[in-house]
Amino acid sequence: MPTISRDEVAHLAGLARLAVTEAELDTFAGQLDDILDSVAKVNEVAAEDIPPTSHAVPLTNVFREDVVRPGLSREQALANAPATEENRFRVPRILSEEA
Amino acid sequence: MTAVAEIMDYDEVLERFDPVLGLEVHVELSTDTKMFCGCPNFFGSDPNTQVCPVCLGMPGALPVVNGKAVESAIRIGLALNCEVAEQCRFARKNYFYPDMPKNFQTSQYDEPIVFEGHLDVVLDDGETFRVGIERAHMEEDTGKSLHVGGADGRIHGAEHSLLDYNRAGVPLIEIVTKPITGAGHRAPEVARAYVTALRDLLRSMHVSDVRMDQGSLRCDANVSLSPKGSGEFGTRTETKNVNSLRSVERAVRYEMRRHAAVLASGGEIVQETRHFDESTASTSSGRPKETAEDYRYFPEPDLVPIAPSQEWVEQLRTTLPELPWQRRRRVQQDWQLSDEELRDLVNAGALDLVAATVDAGASPAEARSWWVAYLSQQANERGVDLASLPITPEQVARVVELVGEGTLTHKLARQVVDGVLAGKGDPDEVVAAEGIEVVSDDSALQSAIDEALAAQPDVADKIRGGKVQAAGAIVGAVMKATQGQADAKRVRELVLASCGQE
Amino acid sequence: MTSTASGGDAELTGLSASELAAKISAGETSSEEVTRAHLDRIAAVDPEVHAFLHVDADGAVEAARGADEARSAGGAASPLAGVPLALKDVLTTSDMPTTCGSKMLEDWTSPYDSTVVQRLRAAGVVVLGKTNMDEFAMGSSTENSAYGPTRNPWDTDRVPGGSGGGSSAALAAFEAPLAIGTDTGGSIRQPAAVTGTVGVKPTYGGVSRHGLVAFSSSLDQAGPCGRTVLDAALLHEVIAGHDPMDATSIDAPVPRVTAAAREGAAGDLRGVRVGVVREFGGQGYQEGVQQSFRAAVDQLTELGAEVVEVSCPHFEHALSAYYLIAPSECSSNLARFDAMRYGLRVGDDGSRSTEEVMSLTREAGFGPEVKRRIMLGTYALSAGYYEAYYGQAQKVRTLVTRDFAAAFEQVDVLVSPTTPTTAFRIGERVEDPMAMYLADLCTIPSNLAGNASMSVPSGLSAEDGLPVGLQIMAPPMADDRLYRIGAAYETARDAATGGTLLDRVPRLEVAS
Ligand SMILES: [Mg+2]
Ligand SMILES: [Zn+2]
Repeated sequence: MPTISRDEVAHLAGLARLAVTEAELDTFAGQLDDILDSVAKVNEVAAEDIPPTSHAVPLTNVFREDVVRPGLSREQALANAPATEENRFRVPRILSEEA
Repeated sequence: MTAVAEIMDYDEVLERFDPVLGLEVHVELSTDTKMFCGCPNFFGSDPNTQVCPVCLGMPGALPVVNGKAVESAIRIGLALNCEVAEQCRFARKNYFYPDMPKNFQTSQYDEPIVFEGHLDVVLDDGETFRVGIERAHMEEDTGKSLHVGGADGRIHGAEHSLLDYNRAGVPLIEIVTKPITGAGHRAPEVARAYVTALRDLLRSMHVSDVRMDQGSLRCDANVSLSPKGSGEFGTRTETKNVNSLRSVERAVRYEMRRHAAVLASGGEIVQETRHFDESTASTSSGRPKETAEDYRYFPEPDLVPIAPSQEWVEQLRTTLPELPWQRRRRVQQDWQLSDEELRDLVNAGALDLVAATVDAGASPAEARSWWVAYLSQQANERGVDLASLPITPEQVARVVELVGEGTLTHKLARQVVDGVLAGKGDPDEVVAAEGIEVVSDDSALQSAIDEALAAQPDVADKIRGGKVQAAGAIVGAVMKATQGQADAKRVRELVLASCGQE
Repeated sequence: MTSTASGGDAELTGLSASELAAKISAGETSSEEVTRAHLDRIAAVDPEVHAFLHVDADGAVEAARGADEARSAGGAASPLAGVPLALKDVLTTSDMPTTCGSKMLEDWTSPYDSTVVQRLRAAGVVVLGKTNMDEFAMGSSTENSAYGPTRNPWDTDRVPGGSGGGSSAALAAFEAPLAIGTDTGGSIRQPAAVTGTVGVKPTYGGVSRHGLVAFSSSLDQAGPCGRTVLDAALLHEVIAGHDPMDATSIDAPVPRVTAAAREGAAGDLRGVRVGVVREFGGQGYQEGVQQSFRAAVDQLTELGAEVVEVSCPHFEHALSAYYLIAPSECSSNLARFDAMRYGLRVGDDGSRSTEEVMSLTREAGFGPEVKRRIMLGTYALSAGYYEAYYGQAQKVRTLVTRDFAAAFEQVDVLVSPTTPTTAFRIGERVEDPMAMYLADLCTIPSNLAGNASMSVPSGLSAEDGLPVGLQIMAPPMADDRLYRIGAAYETARDAATGGTLLDRVPRLEVAS
């Protein structure tokens, strides 16, 4: 049975980019434990040889023609931006290297 | 960060270690539209003018796969002797980065569209080295960041960044080699030759611009060292920002020497991303990631699987053009080249240009001579690719034609070519504008000949005495006097005639 | 039809969509009149119900006038031309905000219309406004809206279900005759059940998801909500059909659901085989719900259907699989809300980095349930846990789909209660996520398998007088079966009780 520690919650929050509070670390640790406990049964249900289903529709090969479609004007693209500069989206300084 | 890492002498590296390479090449496809939306795929437009809800990752927007990009991926796979997956899917690679609008990259993970192939690479001495291809998969490019307020536009020290998403969603094919072993001292050369061969292949297929300078072909070089004979792979580093063929070679060589120095001094190689610096030909450590990489890949639920039918694959196979190695073989036969001549031609990057010049009417020998010798030298002097010289194969062919007609001497021909390179127009325009033409007026020549004979009476006597080979000195003097504008053959005839030697 | 709809022209707001369409088409009233009546009704009761997050009175009147002009100009009118509709605030509209019930998108206006909205507009349907919902459609009570809960018109101390509680409450409060919902784990059917309205989750791929702000892409499906089965059918045909903008959209003719609803209303179900899902009932199910369900099954038998019990042994694990799959997909889908290109930005004081601003914004912009699911999904997908959680859940999904396939070899449709209980009190389950999740126990299997499913009111629960829903489930692309059986049952139920269920909804206090 899973036991999620505060540290693990903090790690998950980092991956998910959530600046969780100290109080939330405890709350989430408890709640995630409860939820994972109760869903852990999926482990016992399905045998090895059962193929996974990631999609309900049995479609394949859905393609688009390589033809230009009108997109957004630059004004539309930038209209909802929290900040812009020189027709670009302005964001705070980036610490991590590009992946 | 230390300024300069210790590096080991290259020969010593090879005495102690075997290099293992892994090359990941990202190629931007030259489709008309992006991978998952109908925005134009065009380099160099004004920022954020080729965007839509899909490639801006707006709420509710959904991807739809560009069928042409899939075709290109399959064709590339076939050209690389790969198997084509019977069924494959896209997956989401989850990580946060501001240049990636959805904060996941739609890519392929455990189900690449093509896998298990190889590319035969010709080295500088004409030998062939087979590079195994592990896989090639489809994915999308990211947007571009402009870092403001730091030194040289680098991310480090910048105050803020500006994002342009025109490139976000451009179709990419990532081609991954199997571990390249057994290259020994030639490992850096193999790396360069592989990327060169791949570039030429993709160019011949018209699937990409393959411009390393514009980022439409990008290479990440993985290097590790294995203690000689141990068969164990060492820890690898991945060097990015390798933006030219020469840099590929230099980056690999540098990393081999750096790894060896670290290992020899009892240190450990850190598995990390390194950045290549063109100016120093060295690599530096990237900033460590704050959180361990955990991309949480899972099948992309917005897209359905791709299941290429055998008929489709076979039909695509028929669309493959003559591939570079097939072409090389054919050209060698057609033009009757020695292995060495072919190698020089290929190494000079002149094959396509010579072929086009031949197509425009020049003889293979003349065309080859121009491109491999004089024009290669001009390109070198200017520090550009042969193909980037401002002269076309048609123009070269015309110059050859003018020489053949006797309108130009070889020396004049160079002057005309220089004029074309200087932007003075087509060969005929240069000839007209500069008044370049062979001095064929015999009377004008005759006075120059008379002067030359008078200036060198002893030589004149020798010729008159039957030593016709001495005529060369007089011909040379005449050519000098006419500043090369005379037809040397005609001058010789006239010299001999003047000395009674018909 | 009698009506409890006051505040607004009660005669108009009490009518069904098909009745309104007929009156408009016959020139007995105009779309503008109908639209104004509903806007008045909204003004009167919505302060109490809080079904709407945004009402676009001007836009609605303008659209209504357009519909009226089109009618007088003569052209071929769509069957719902001029009829007003309430739109769940998770579908993008270029002329109204789309908040998804979240602070994250408080000020966001989409630059494009979702396909559903494009089709509604093309059909002359008048969009009144955007309805309240659990934040990003995560919840079963509409209490997770950042803009406060919606109240159930049957008892305003109770929840209207969720996530589409705003849409179903708008119907039950006679604020709109039609609504659009979205259903990822039951968010159309469960609110329909607890508000005494009709809600349909079409076959996955039957209605375009383009412009539906994604919660769980492989499960999300938009669908019609109405007060009658016929109304839902009419709306279904407007919004359904292939869309090249959605790669998961099915390129096949839309099942003929309106014809099926009309056929069903004749009340003959002879030759129809109905399977009662054995696993959905008993412990954990409210007695009044079970009674209502048994009565509904009896009714189907009386109509001539052949009813058998069918076992779907893996349905009991569907909820567990769902609570791994949906959060996993959500953790990825909601990553785009990062303060860079649109939406909320918090903490950008010039000193903080992008990484910090992203984290602070997401912390401030998402409510507890959304954060919980992002964390859960991040966990289920992360290295070392993927196989045990996400991978296994996908296998359970296979087993659930196989259960359906086996069942549909024996029967034409499956039935169950839509929810184990009637509407619970506001606040009752907020602190207990697992109790909240149980509300979707019966609806989730259809999402996992992608088949079509409907909730139709089956009366009121004896012990609390609150609505109960009958769930009907059909194979993929057999949506028409839902409508045939749903309409037959609805007609018989109304005949037995001498009026529609909503005739009995309490008269709401009118603000003006
Ligand atoms: Mg990649
Ligand atoms: Zn786009």
